[in-house]
This record gives sequence, structure tokens and C-alpha cells, in this order.
Amino acid sequence: MTDVTNKNDNTGDVRLSGISKTYGGFTAVHPLDLTVPQGSFFALLGASGCGKTTTLRMIAGLEEPTSGTVHLGDQDVTRLPPYKRPVNTVFQSYALFPHLDIFENVAFGLRRRGIKSVKKQVEDMLELVQLGEQARKKPHQLSGGQQQRVAVARALINHPKVLLLDEPLGALDLKLRRQMQLELKRIQTEVGITFVHVTHDQEEAMTMADTVAVMNAGRVEQLGAPADLYENPKTTFVANFLGTSNLIEAEVDTKSGDDIVLKAGGGKLVLPQARCTAPTTTGGKVLVGVRPEKISLAHADDAGEIPEGRNRITGTIADASFIGVSTQYVIDSPVCPELAVYAQNVDRDARLVPGAEVVLHWAPAHTFGLDAAQDIDAGIQEEAV
Amino acid sequence: MAFVNWLKRHFVVIAGLFTLGYLLLPNVIVTIFSFNDPKGRFNYEWQKFSTDAWTDPCGVSGLCDSLTLSLQIALWATLAATLLGAMIAFALVRYRFRARGAVNSLIFLPMAMPEVVMAASLLTLFLNMGIQLGFWTILIAHIMFCLSFVVIAVKARVMSMDPRLEQAAQDLYAGPVQTFLRVTLPIAAPGIAAGALLAFALSFDDFIITNFNAGSTVTFPMFVWGSAQRGTPVQINVIGTAMFVIAVLLVLVSMLISNRRNKQKA
Repeated sequence: MTDVTNKNDNTGDVRLSGISKTYGGFTAVHPLDLTVPQGSFFALLGASGCGKTTTLRMIAGLEEPTSGTVHLGDQDVTRLPPYKRPVNTVFQSYALFPHLDIFENVAFGLRRRGIKSVKKQVEDMLELVQLGEQARKKPHQLSGGQQQRVAVARALINHPKVLLLDEPLGALDLKLRRQMQLELKRIQTEVGITFVHVTHDQEEAMTMADTVAVMNAGRVEQLGAPADLYENPKTTFVANFLGTSNLIEAEVDTKSGDDIVLKAGGGKLVLPQARCTAPTTTGGKVLVGVRPEKISLAHADDAGEIPEGRNRITGTIADASFIGVSTQYVIDSPVCPELAVYAQNVDRDARLVPGAEVVLHWAPAHTFGLDAAQDIDAGIQEEAV
Repeated sequence: MAFVNWLKRHFVVIAGLFTLGYLLLPNVIVTIFSFNDPKGRFNYEWQKFSTDAWTDPCGVSGLCDSLTLSLQIALWATLAATLLGAMIAFALVRYRFRARGAVNSLIFLPMAMPEVVMAASLLTLFLNMGIQLGFWTILIAHIMFCLSFVVIAVKARVMSMDPRLEQAAQDLYAGPVQTFLRVTLPIAAPGIAAGALLAFALSFDDFIITNFNAGSTVTFPMFVWGSAQRGTPVQINVIGTAMFVIAVLLVLVSMLISNRRNKQKA
């Protein structure tokens, strides 16, 4: 067994170099370089069919890469079959062995490696996932959440260098899923093993992972810490897939110091140069983005009270939905037909009802700029629950 | 009125009991007449109670030889058909190969074809090839018609099996052989066992195909048929009753074992 608690070595690094997968004429994963550092909780996030599961299966050895290599620490495991890799997987449907009881399911990996005295280890592991009482039951006698924990225990008991999780919470209901997210995060901190987690749920990825790689159509769109991805999306896909973004088409007018001044409709918007990933030539098009919760709403009558230096857009409220802690508005504006605004319900202005004329304003620092050559709707999805 | 209500409430039970009686009546008759001491050569009329036949089951010449032969053929046919059938089932479910569709439907042909037609065709085949009729021709014929049933039983099981279970086994350090022995086989086992039981039962009491292709060899069903022309020895009822009792006992024992196992688990 290897010592997995030592965080200073790099034996738990996962390094993918130029890895790709094609099925016939279809490219599931385009050549991809990715390094997951030892001990980190890494999430591969994307819609179904984006290649995230294929990438995971190539790390596990269940799928052979068409090109490229997989390294675990310094070891090249590209040609190793799954049963020779120090990697374990928690499968989407758990894949617990129906003919074995919980104890034997958890002991499976140890027994296959010829370890004789498994009792203590299995009992400790079942204790860790709070299933000590269920050891002699069959998988079908357990609830979904319990089965999920057995699947985690069955993988973790082998002290893998890397634990792979393939949508492990997909089959659970919302409440249980939230609970298991915290549970998995706790276990990961406790055992210090590298976790690579595949999910389509952006909230899940942001809650659990240190680093998130957003995948789309077989490519990594952007990689970074959750807050960084959210605040500084580099593509429209990331901007729309992680949370919600308002994207407004604008034209570069002038540059003043570190700021770019843009024309949108009749008005002007200011965008910090540092937060713009698009080429900015005067007269060129740029997509201006801003998150709905960064925008403040003022009734048109109060327009004079808005501090100087803020970006402003005028519009009318098309729809308002009250959801308790906040109200979500949809604003119809000449520069953009459907702007989303989330306002905290601190002091509710009774005049802000559908049909009201309003001014939207936000700090220029909260603005980001994207290349206008992209599909503005990329990554917009049915809200993942 | 009270009676009508009682009838309504217990109708399912009553219907069930009648059906069971209908199914079991022949067996009861067979059992009763195994204790008969018939006058003359035919065992069709009750005379008086006797255990003569039970104490001397092999008393009729040829009976026990034919029984041994039938059991032998049934065992070998079951073994071969189960082995081949299970492999065919796995191939059909797991792999994509040329003519897979054709194999998939052709495998059911022996079930659909009238037995007597198949029997005659087989005989034609064996005669044209110049093969001596006997043990081997019977065995070949039995394996052939048992195969389809095994394939169906195993295929249903393999199809409902999640391929991720085997991937999980591989992920947990089980090589291909270990994966097959520890995961694939145990999970497919109920299907394979059902196929084997079916094959044994079919082979053991097949008469038509056997009769065509046996030459001078005599299996148990052929012996019963043959003796029915000249007179039916009580020993036939004894063998029949014994088979029935053994089958019931096997079922009971397996139920007891699984009950106890479930109780331990809970």
C-alpha cells in the first residue's frame, strides 16, 4: 500500500498529455492536456456528450485513448489495463455486485490483491461511511444514498492514488445530494486522495471542487477555481453554463487608460481592459457580460440618484418573479431583449412591477468582455437542479 | 347469501386449488397404481395393495438399463447444450459480428419446427452420412434441440446484466479470468441453471426424435412406449413416482436453503 496522506509527493498527480478519443468519425475528446495536482478535488463539468465521462474512463483504463498518454505521478499508465492501475472508480449507477453482500462488495478489491485479513479494514471503512450496521445486507436492500456510500467505500478502501467519480450523485434526490456533496468533500479532506469528479451540475462542481474544468464538445473551454470561472468567464459557453450571464452586443468606441468605452444602443458602457478576452480594435464588436446579481435596479424617476461612473441601461420590466430571498426580473431593453436581474429582497420598491420604466446600473469592474465571434447562446441549458 | 359472499372472498384460493388438483391428479394416480398388484399384464385396474414393485424396481428386464441410458444421455446432453448454449448467448448479447442477426433467429428454429419433421430429417441426415444409429446419434439430436432453450434462458439473464458490473470488477483489480469467475458467472448462474434444468427435462422424456434416431438402442420413454403394447409393468409407475418425489424434494431443499440464507442476511 502506498502512503496517501503525504501531500508533498506528486505520486497522485494525474497528467493527461495530448489525450484524445475518436469513435469512427466522431471525436469524443479532442487532444487534451490536463494536470490534476496530488490531493486536489478536481471537477470535469459539462453537458451530456461533452466528453467528460470519456476522459474519466481513459484515466480509469476502461477506454483506450486514440492518442496521447496518461501519467499517474511519474508512471505512464496509458497501456495498463484497468485492473493494474492504482485508480478506483465510483460508477454512475454505483455498479455494486448484486450477488455479494455489502461487506464482500467493499472487500472485493482487497481480496483480488491477495490481502487475507480484510475484516478490520472493511469494518473501519464501513464505519467511515456510517454503514457499520448494514454489512451483511445485499445491495438491493439499501436506499440510494446508502448504495452510493457503499460504492465510495468499495473504491476508497484500496487507497487509490486517484479516486474517479462518474456523476456519483446523479441518481439521488436534491436534499440527499446536497448532503452527500458535503459528505464527499469531508471524506476527501480526511483521506487526502486526489478526486476527479465528473458532473453536469454546475452548482455541484462549484460547491465541491478546488478546480473546475468546463468541457464542451470534447474540449476544455476553461479551467480554474470556481469563483474565478464564475467571475471571469473566457467564453460565452462558460458564461452561460456556469450560472446565468447577460451578454450584450457592443461596439468598441474609444480606449481611455485601462478602460475600454463601448457603444451599446444609444448609451456607453465601460469595461476594464483587463477583463476583456476579445481583441479590441476601434469599431470592432465585443460581447459585454454582466451577472444578474451584480445589477441594481432603479425606477426611472430615481435615475438622478444613481452615482456617477456606473454602467447604465434603460428598459422596462417584462416579468418579475418573487422567490423569497430575492426577486428575479426580466428586463426588456433596446440593447438586449431579455436581461436578467436578481435583486435581494432587502427594501422592496413597490414601483418595480411589470411595465415599469427602470434604469439598470452596475459597477464597470463587474463587467467582462468576450469575443463577439462566438455563439452568444452557447451553453444555455435547462437549469440543472 | 352468506355462502355467496364467502365464495366471492375465497374465489381465487378455490380456483387455485382446483387448478392444482387438475395438475396433480395424474401424478396421484401414477403413485397409487405403483402400489397395485395387477392381475395379468396390464396395470389399469386396481386389485390390491402391494409393495412388490417398490422392493424390486429393476424386476422387469430392460427397464433399468433403459433408465440408466436415458439418465446418461440427459446428463451429457445437458452438459454439452448448457456449455454451448451459454457461450452462444454471451456471444449474441455481448458481441457484434457478421450474421449475428441470422444466428439470433435461426437458433429458435428447432423450437418452432414440428418435432416429427425434425426427427425424420435427422434420420435422413444420419443415414445419408452412413452413421450408425445408437447412443451417439441420440446424444447429437438431444444436444441440438436442447440448445435453443438454453440460449433463450441464458440470453435473458445476460441481457439484463449491467456491463458496468464487469468494468467495476476490473477497476477493483480483478483480471479477465477473475472478473468472469467472480462477477459474470455468479450473476449469470440463475439463467444457466434454468437452461440446464430445462435441457435435462427435455432430453430425459423426449420420445419422438429419439425413437427415429435410436436404431436398436432403447431409452426409458421408448421402453415405456414399447411395453405399453404388450402390458405395463408396475415398475414403470415406481420409476415415475420416484422421479416426481425426487424433483419435489429438490425444490423443497433449495427453497429451505434460500429461506435460511435470507433469514441470516436480514
